[in-house]
Amino acid sequence: MKTRNESSTSSRPIRLPGRRRGDRSHTPKADRKGLYQRAIRESFVKLTPRIAVRNPVMFVVWLGTIVTLLVTINPNLFGSVQADIGQQRLLNGIITLILFFTILFANFAEAVAEGRGKAQADALRSTRSDTVARKLSPDGSVQDISSTKLRRGDQVKVIAGDMVPADGDVIQGIGSVDESAITGESAPVLKQPGTDIASSVTGGTRLLSDELIVRITSDPGQGFIDRMISLVEGAERSKTPNEIALTVLLAVLTQVFLIVVATTPSVSGYIAGFLDGVAGATTGNNLRTGTSIAILIALLVALIPTTIGGLLSAIGIAGMDRVAQFNVIATSGRAVEACGDVNTLVLDKTGTITLGNRLADEFIPVNGHSVPEVADICLAASVFDETPEGRSIVQLAQKLGAKFDLDGQPAEGIEFSARTRMSGTDLDSKEYRKGAVDAIKGFVRSRGGQVPTTLDEAYERVSRLGGTPLAVCQGNEIYGVIYLKDIVKTGLRERFDQLRRMGVKTIMLTGDNRITASVIAQEAGVDDFIAEATPEDKINVIRSEQAQGKLVAMTGDGTNDAPALAQANVGVAMNSGTQAAKEAANMVDLDSDPTKLIDLVTIGKQLLITRGALTTFSVANDIAKYFAIIPTIFAAAGIGALNIMGLKSAQSAIVSALIYNALIIPVLIPLALRGVQFRPLTADQLLQRNMLIYGLGGIIAPFIAIKAIDLILPLS
Amino acid sequence: MLQGWIQIALTLLIVVAITPFFGRYMARVFVGQRTIFDSVLNPLERTFFLLSGVRAREEMTGWQYARAVLYSNLAMLVFIYLIFMFQGVLPFNPTGLSAPSWDLALHTAISFVTNTNQQHYSGETTYSYFSQFAALGFMMFTSAATGIAVAIAFIRGLTGKPLGNFYVDLTQAITRILLPISIVGAMILMAAGVPETLAGPAIVPTLENPGISQAIARGPVAHYEIIKELGENGGGFFGINSAHPFENPNGFTNLVEIVALLSVPTSLIYTFGLFANNRKQAWLIYSMVMIIFVGFIVITAIGEYDGNPAVNTLLGNQQPNLEGKEVRFGWAQSALFAVSTTATMCGAVNALHDSFMPNGGFVTLSNMFLQIVWGGQGTGTAYLFAYLILAVFVTGLMVGRTPEFLGRKIEKREVVLASFLILLVHPIAILIPTALTLTIPGVSGITNPGFHGLSQVVYEYASAAANNGSGFEGLDDGTLWWNLSASFSLLAGRYIPIVALLLLADSMSRKQPVPATAGTLRTDTGLFTGVTAGVILILGALTFFPVLALGPVAEAFQIVKGIG
Repeated sequence: MKTRNESSTSSRPIRLPGRRRGDRSHTPKADRKGLYQRAIRESFVKLTPRIAVRNPVMFVVWLGTIVTLLVTINPNLFGSVQADIGQQRLLNGIITLILFFTILFANFAEAVAEGRGKAQADALRSTRSDTVARKLSPDGSVQDISSTKLRRGDQVKVIAGDMVPADGDVIQGIGSVDESAITGESAPVLKQPGTDIASSVTGGTRLLSDELIVRITSDPGQGFIDRMISLVEGAERSKTPNEIALTVLLAVLTQVFLIVVATTPSVSGYIAGFLDGVAGATTGNNLRTGTSIAILIALLVALIPTTIGGLLSAIGIAGMDRVAQFNVIATSGRAVEACGDVNTLVLDKTGTITLGNRLADEFIPVNGHSVPEVADICLAASVFDETPEGRSIVQLAQKLGAKFDLDGQPAEGIEFSARTRMSGTDLDSKEYRKGAVDAIKGFVRSRGGQVPTTLDEAYERVSRLGGTPLAVCQGNEIYGVIYLKDIVKTGLRERFDQLRRMGVKTIMLTGDNRITASVIAQEAGVDDFIAEATPEDKINVIRSEQAQGKLVAMTGDGTNDAPALAQANVGVAMNSGTQAAKEAANMVDLDSDPTKLIDLVTIGKQLLITRGALTTFSVANDIAKYFAIIPTIFAAAGIGALNIMGLKSAQSAIVSALIYNALIIPVLIPLALRGVQFRPLTADQLLQRNMLIYGLGGIIAPFIAIKAIDLILPLS
Repeated sequence: MLQGWIQIALTLLIVVAITPFFGRYMARVFVGQRTIFDSVLNPLERTFFLLSGVRAREEMTGWQYARAVLYSNLAMLVFIYLIFMFQGVLPFNPTGLSAPSWDLALHTAISFVTNTNQQHYSGETTYSYFSQFAALGFMMFTSAATGIAVAIAFIRGLTGKPLGNFYVDLTQAITRILLPISIVGAMILMAAGVPETLAGPAIVPTLENPGISQAIARGPVAHYEIIKELGENGGGFFGINSAHPFENPNGFTNLVEIVALLSVPTSLIYTFGLFANNRKQAWLIYSMVMIIFVGFIVITAIGEYDGNPAVNTLLGNQQPNLEGKEVRFGWAQSALFAVSTTATMCGAVNALHDSFMPNGGFVTLSNMFLQIVWGGQGTGTAYLFAYLILAVFVTGLMVGRTPEFLGRKIEKREVVLASFLILLVHPIAILIPTALTLTIPGVSGITNPGFHGLSQVVYEYASAAANNGSGFEGLDDGTLWWNLSASFSLLAGRYIPIVALLLLADSMSRKQPVPATAGTLRTDTGLFTGVTAGVILILGALTFFPVLALGPVAEAFQIVKGIG
């Protein structure tokens, strides 16, 4: 039995995708005090050209602001302006101010996202202060060195009360470790060498009792916590493939509008010259004023995709942060994004689909015995059995009225072993045994007994029900079969249905026989299952899915899962798992909850949807901005009728469009950080829904908002 | 009025009716299935490939295919440039024409090699018969076939097949598609009254005064005419193109010419459907383009039917605008021809686009800005799917997956290529030279200053960059500036996209296809087709909103208000 904390998985309510976990009280508490003050300060720091240039769209705004500032100081800098200098200066000044705030808002969005990550990281880092490690020299002497000087392969001695200095494997000693700093689980975990899972310790956790000798498995700065810190802080955040592609598109759009705006003055200048002749110099000059440099920059900024350009990095950082809030360490943003693309989930049955423990559900008598008789024998065979299965048998037997009286006679519990595959109780000369049907058959035969024909019928019946049959006997007499029932976690069926609707296929792996596996598979609602699976089957099923072009996600914890975790596109290792598994995976779940894989798919999708929705919104906004600005600045050319919003004047139209353009960024920050609400729908339904909100909404919203701002503005 | 609309509707019905047959035929040719010409052409082609050293079975990568296009086009460019410069000493020159200026010859050569056929000259007085049929006629087949070959390679790549071999595709496009149809078409046109002769101009006495004689230009027109339309070439044998009674004598030839110029780009969409094994997708895109197309026809036709308010006031009643039109075609067939020829990048004209109402100016310009309302020979179809890829990328993220088209993921490389070719090339090739022309004193050659003059300049560069070739006319464009600056737009608008398309197809074909699930964004739905239309209008058209506003839109308001 693995030491995984089963009760935590079973008691936790199954969450609906997209809903944030309400209760994360055991997560390291992120200190969010002063987050916004820090973010405001940070938004000014990010004005530094060296940092600003990283975001091509916003850097264009940055450069534009410098130019408008110059023409505010001297409106005639780039050729003399025909309009009243004072008025022109005022307009240029207003434009400069709004552009400046546009950049600040974009910086603020990024700073808030980073700040939230930093808060998370600080909380983690506090567990990670330098400790003194007792390094064991080859000659056996102990040497005190700083934990940062430890190298992979070093051996250290950890004594009760010490902090474990770095990630490692226990090679000697037994002790209980408090891992609450990283997992939040307050119950101490027993660590001892040799066993797959219980031998790995994580740096930053505290040894509560005894002594351990630990072999360090990671160099300083390479441990899991270090990786998580650098990721949530956004410091080492490399752009994900989709983000890069989107940045390219935004850069191309920016260049297109640069060309459009840069060529406008010569076109309008030509028309102005024509108007001078036919309609008088005033009309021509009006057109020239309408296309002064500050106004052209305003037009450019309104047209380039500043909304998504300003929020793009915040969306990415917030996505990582959401994963971290789920207590999952992702080694890269790429892995988080890949979650959204996953086509197939490979899930272990035990612990993921079913509760780890099977419970006794029924006693089936054979060989002419009655149920109470069987219950008595079962109780007798299980009194010393402390496993959850054993306790459930005792409970069921007592419910059926069975009694077991020791009467002071000497009784001895026979422990389960992998060799005998049975356990039981010796009382006096009576041997009570329960175990695998084959093992009990052998036991009875060895005692000179007969195997009743009805036993096989009972065995098959239990298998068909998806249960595990255990035979019980006393001496050479088989009494019956215990039906141990696998309990499928509640709510999983709905979630698999949702996944299916989203086009994600689920495959269950189990060591059970085909009949049992098929019953569980049907009950849980998975799409496919592999029975009597070996660790090799796991990697084979991943490979065969990948050969069809699918992306596969899986969870695992044992060393023999490592190759499959490495092969999978998204491999989530349990924190309770071995170092090998954690090294091979691209995510580590600190809660060791395999069901989380389903939530990760949702987070990945949400990240992509948020990005797409804001891009669509940003691009759709251009229609309204065009219709606000072009007819009013070209009004002298007689196209004023295209001013369908009825904006007051060119100045008011430009300022309104720019104010909208600036304000939409802070308005959308919460959406960028929280992510677009995700619903488990098919792609077509999702497209329809999001197109309606962000596409159609993106066309209509700015018309209304710009008109409203125009009405409020005191500009004439 | 009703008659005009019926003419338009019938023509479009014929186009729709032949689409599946012609589309299927083209698919057969390029998949390598048997066609009726095999017994004659197969040995011929084998000999040809043997002599030219083409290894027909060799598949090309995207870059190899692009290089083959570039090298072969460069060779053809040099070849026809030399013919022009030496036409004075070459045969079939009954009027004794000497070489044109070097820049005009260069512009003509580039214009024909790029399947544009923008003409800064009048054919009958500038180029000899030999130049017309050996150089221009030759290019009309090869440049059209180049477009078809690129489209087929693009479709192959998109649907996950190897791109094929350019030389084979080029040859087969000519021998199996362009040549057979042209031979039949030329005979039909001849039967309908189009001349085909090597004799010089006919010298006839005028009717009014028999003492004065008149030279009537003629020549080998019929064969030239059909490939001009079928290959989206558009370069007229005579200066006034399909308005000339020898190029387009009557309503029947007009119908044949419109159907011929629409047939390839419409049918290629169906060919795509067969390659992708998704005819629904093909018909949806077809419908989307058809709706935009019909909308454009209606806008233009209403403008022409309603006529010019200024003229109508003088006449005292409403008359269609017939300025610059052939009376035998009237407002309806002229409007249909103008929209069709700018939509398909054919560029032949049967009326003066300069004389259209601003509605027509708006539509013809928009056609060339968008380039996908059917679009150019082959390239238009490819652009259409590049737009689809872009639409998938912009909106596809909203379903929560990395966007896919036909099961292939769209990643950085594809976005770079698609957005560059769709969004950036056109503004560079149109807006920048327009701005220069309007800024540099004395080069514009505008004959009708104002909003209309702006349209003239923008039109010329749009026509060059979109490889359309039609002229708004009324522009004094036979100058060194125009020849060279238009040549830049021609080359940029042709070869940058072709290379980008081939590389895009190449990278799509190398991707491992992802099986479709419920989570996959389906592109063959009405919803997504609508989304694509939105992306096309926002990304493709808004770029040109300022010049449209100051050009035809301002002109329309000007006419209504009567200012200027």
